[in-house]
Amino acid sequence: MKPNNALIGSPIERLEDLRFVRGRGEYVDDLTREGLLHAAILRSSVAHGRLLSIDADAARALPHVHSVFTAADIANPVPIIPMRLHPLPELRPFEQPVMAYDRVRYVGEPIAIVLADSAALAEDALAAITVDIETLPAVTGCGVSEVPLFDAQATNLALTYKAVKGDVAAAFADAPYTRREKFAVQRHTALPMELRGLMAEWDAARGRLTVWGAAKVPFFNRRILARQIGLPETSIELVENDVGGGFGARGEFYPEDFLIPFVACRVGRPVKWIEDRREHLMAMNHARECECDIEIACRGDGTILALRGHAATNMGAYLRTNGAVGARNIVQFMSGPYRVPNIDLAVSMWMTNKTPVGTYRGPGRFETDFFRERLFDMVAHDLAIDRVEFRRRNLVAAAEMPYALATITPYEHKDELDSGDYQATLEHCLEDIGWREKIGLNGKEIDGRYHGLAVSCFVEGGAAGPKETARLVLEPDGSFSVYVGSSAVGQGLETAFAQIAGDALEVPLERISGVFHGSTAHVSDGYGSYHSRAVVMGGSAILDAAEKLRAQIRLEAAARFGCAAEQVELVAGGTAVGPAGKSIAFAELAGDGLSAEGTFFNNKHTWGYGAHAAHVSVDPKTGHVDLIDYVAVEDCGRVINPLTLHGQVIGAVVQGLGGAFLEHLVYDEHGQLLTGSLADYLVPTASDFPSIRARVMGTHPSPINPLGAKGAGEGGIIPVGGVIANAVAAALSKFDIQPRALPLTPPAIWQLIERARQ
Amino acid sequence: MQTPVRFEVNGNEVAIEVEPRLTLADCLRHHLRLTGTHVGCEHGVCGACTVLVDGDAVRACLMLAVQADGAKVVTIEGLSHDANLTPLQAAFRKHHALQCGFCTPGMITTAHALLSQEPYCDAARVREVLSGNLCRCTGYVAIVEAVLAARVAYQKNDGSGA
Repeated sequence: MKPNNALIGSPIERLEDLRFVRGRGEYVDDLTREGLLHAAILRSSVAHGRLLSIDADAARALPHVHSVFTAADIANPVPIIPMRLHPLPELRPFEQPVMAYDRVRYVGEPIAIVLADSAALAEDALAAITVDIETLPAVTGCGVSEVPLFDAQATNLALTYKAVKGDVAAAFADAPYTRREKFAVQRHTALPMELRGLMAEWDAARGRLTVWGAAKVPFFNRRILARQIGLPETSIELVENDVGGGFGARGEFYPEDFLIPFVACRVGRPVKWIEDRREHLMAMNHARECECDIEIACRGDGTILALRGHAATNMGAYLRTNGAVGARNIVQFMSGPYRVPNIDLAVSMWMTNKTPVGTYRGPGRFETDFFRERLFDMVAHDLAIDRVEFRRRNLVAAAEMPYALATITPYEHKDELDSGDYQATLEHCLEDIGWREKIGLNGKEIDGRYHGLAVSCFVEGGAAGPKETARLVLEPDGSFSVYVGSSAVGQGLETAFAQIAGDALEVPLERISGVFHGSTAHVSDGYGSYHSRAVVMGGSAILDAAEKLRAQIRLEAAARFGCAAEQVELVAGGTAVGPAGKSIAFAELAGDGLSAEGTFFNNKHTWGYGAHAAHVSVDPKTGHVDLIDYVAVEDCGRVINPLTLHGQVIGAVVQGLGGAFLEHLVYDEHGQLLTGSLADYLVPTASDFPSIRARVMGTHPSPINPLGAKGAGEGGIIPVGGVIANAVAAALSKFDIQPRALPLTPPAIWQLIERARQ
Repeated sequence: MQTPVRFEVNGNEVAIEVEPRLTLADCLRHHLRLTGTHVGCEHGVCGACTVLVDGDAVRACLMLAVQADGAKVVTIEGLSHDANLTPLQAAFRKHHALQCGFCTPGMITTAHALLSQEPYCDAARVREVLSGNLCRCTGYVAIVEAVLAARVAYQKNDGSGA
């Protein structure tokens, strides 16, 4: 691309803020239509049972209630939601029907849907529906159970993924040192602030179905919906409005993504559904619940020889669209940024009677980084090697790139780390936290609190393929509109894409008149926003579109000048200059609108990387942890907007602190969710973690895309659990306690100390 | 059953009939179409629905519309102008104190009430007051910086900084 580069790399204030700070964002619940009906969903209050009967007559008879639908009113068989990522045939039997029809398998599973004149009246009517469920024993944990959850399946084990590299048996046979440990991460969830919602309208005259409230992967969801509802894709438009946070969970195809459009078509009136927070906590994807039993082999000098072991993930009741991602990532990324020549890891995905799981920012990586970094601190202690030095010795060196990760089976998948200087970010991190000055505090008691420090390294995968599409339009006023298949979920995509387009077209930001994203009407195909892909994939597609559009502008100008296109030069700012001093402004060339669609194909991944460090103090009498200082350093390749990237990192760190200290979806033995409100499910607040710092770097551009950018949305969360647990362990070294499970709540830490004292 | 209620919203008189169970948040959003006030939990924890009632920051999901009878209500729309951003809004933008924007109206109304009443508050006080508003994107660091940066406007203008 042209080196003008005034916009990329600048901390430009966001374009979308101008509407958001005035309360003029347009989220799905801000929309309405003439004749709107409101939906409410009756959900199972039983974790596992046979659905014997549903009597909705009383609800149907209520005033202001329009209709009630159950599975019997939908279709036989009830549509099943297919997996989007890793759709292996072995996993198909565990996919979720859009509504329960013979069995209920988790608290929160849809049983019926009511349409009424207001949301309150629809909710009232739910109480008038009588459901008879024969309760069956609930399965809440991983492992072999006497209660099969799917009749046709002998076991509740959906699949075991393996990650293999080298010869583990040989490495362990000769290893001078080994250590085996068990760790666990608790079930928690993304919890975007905006609740899920959809509005759908069927225009019978035009044969068109419009669905508002799409996010993340609208094109994929349109494909599913078209198949389920029996319409051609071109008859369906999914509209992406402002989205109040995604973090992996929002925008996947949920049962409601069928139910709301379906009932809107059936009743011939627009229908809106907005979940409440209790529904959200029991119906939206959960994540992270995993336990592992792993063993490491090292030389006496700390050189890692091998990793082996098993993990088990609690998948909940069904395998949802991206449900397998977290599990496979746990084994693929257990080696992280480190040189591990021999690997043999397995992860078993167990079906249970909890809410189904899906991805949450840094899926599998948050979990596996906790396991690995905890283990590393134990190993370094055993071998009497400094914890930092242990990591330095084992980090993959720049000269070793690209560096192969373990191969995943089934369906053989290979991947490799692409580029970077992992030592450099570690050193920057140590410098920023003041490691050398503060390390003397490690394990010291000051005013009744014990101080501890820790540092961890990580990698962040991004830029999932296969492709992305962008379309640029030269408008009659000489400005440019940008249309892209990437989705905005609150990350500031409009600004980043305007920067990329502005530089590629060599025009100032003001000449980018709008960035339009997500909706299926904008481009021919789109792959959305997940796996930290939007900037890399959408941004690279914009570069391609810009090049094509500039060629068209040249052609158009050449025709006006009566010269060859090669004789036309495009001057920064939006003017075409021809021979003999002729020039013409872009605006005059636009005519009815010049446009070009560009694409970017990719079958490799980008790898951001870095290190985090924490300084904590722990009160042994209460188990309370004070986070005194936290530093995140990440190198994300070419930085598009340092202001928004910095914000992404800090925000992700604090989400990770929620997972490390607070957030826990607790169930009882009957499969009842005990944390169904924000009074029970705790997330970080403004007063919890005041001292978070981040340094974002761009010294190693990605070699696999023309922007040189790397996915950067998830790195901030990945190492947090590990670094926090290690800092707590370091603080409490006097008591020789080893945190092996998250979250580190005050009672959990207090119990560790009490047990150690006995 | 409908109950008449009269109150002032953003300087305009409102006289409507509502169900007694209608929350002020739903009344503002769905009856008056002031959709800048957001609803994130409906149980008073997340603060996205915060509006000003007679100058105090109030959760509009925990107040019934009928309880607003006779009150002066100000929403994010009432704190906004077409021409410029207010000092708080400009500070939020400058410090990147928002990402998805969903919590932002509640943050700004809460911060406006705080700075109007305590224009010299310190960072700890800002954090204490904002701890009643959840944000899932920013980690709060930039929000606190933005509110601290906007204090000066309230100090100069003696509390009328918006």
